[in-house]
Amino acid sequence: MTAIQIIFYIFSSAAILSALLVVASNNPVRGALSLVLTFFAMSGIWLLLHAEFLALILVLVYVGAVMTLFLFVVMMLRVNVVSLREGFVRYLPFAALLALMIIGLMIIVVGPKQFGLTSMPVPIAEAADYNNLADLGRVLYTHYAYPFEIAAVLLLTAIVAAISLTHRKPYRRKTQDISKQIAVKRGDRVKLIPMPSAKKINLTGKPSGAGQP
Amino acid sequence: MISLADFLIVAAILFGIGLAGIIINRKNIIVLLMSIELMLLAVNTNFIAFSYFLGNNIGQVFVFFILTVAAAEAAIGLAIMVVLFRKSGTIEVDKLDLLKG
Repeated sequence: MTAIQIIFYIFSSAAILSALLVVASNNPVRGALSLVLTFFAMSGIWLLLHAEFLALILVLVYVGAVMTLFLFVVMMLRVNVVSLREGFVRYLPFAALLALMIIGLMIIVVGPKQFGLTSMPVPIAEAADYNNLADLGRVLYTHYAYPFEIAAVLLLTAIVAAISLTHRKPYRRKTQDISKQIAVKRGDRVKLIPMPSAKKINLTGKPSGAGQP
Repeated sequence: MISLADFLIVAAILFGIGLAGIIINRKNIIVLLMSIELMLLAVNTNFIAFSYFLGNNIGQVFVFFILTVAAAEAAIGLAIMVVLFRKSGTIEVDKLDLLKG
């Protein structure tokens, strides 16, 4: 067993275990953190496949942006954990059966018989000055320039959609309304109340107005 | 050395776990979205493995676009979930029956 094989098995077992934790954890925060571990492990596997740029993008974009967004949303929503677990046990056998069948089917299709080392030998190593980033950019900016720009527009649409969906009007905020300030009349601010002039206070309890000593 | 089948089998197991997560967690939209992310990750791994073993970097370009779309999808999905939580006070899938005719 070579060192690369050991690294591969460590990364893949970490990915699968943390993926199981994502599905089975009863706390969404813990699930999101397990998903972060899955992404890290899979980015290690992508590094083994010589896709350095995409492995780093996976860590930067997914762990840095998307999972942070997930964690923010999970922590801001008040989620009732107990009621979220209803139906877990009921659907568990069905889900396990279906997942095992799907996995078994896919392993039969893509197993070592079809894609083993004999039919798909490991490609020869690249030259020492091989640059994955330059290699990818050369294709991306020539043949795939239009899809690249469409992807940029898609991200812009996502920004606009997410902000317009969640934006709220200013709520209980003290701001100046200048047109209201200019249009104000005297009667809105000053109120004259007719008050009777002051009367003498009677302390002795006798009816007043009888003349003073 | 590691064969292509090993990478594909790891991706298949991740895909199956994501599928099981969608079936099990019928209550929690957050875990549902995270299961979809798991399945996308498995598909991307397939693309990259084939790209490496066939010596063709178009697969990596495709993964680039899938990552873009997945990020947009996660952002809009979470925004819709926040709006839903404000309106109805819950994120359980069963109780979201506003569109029931």
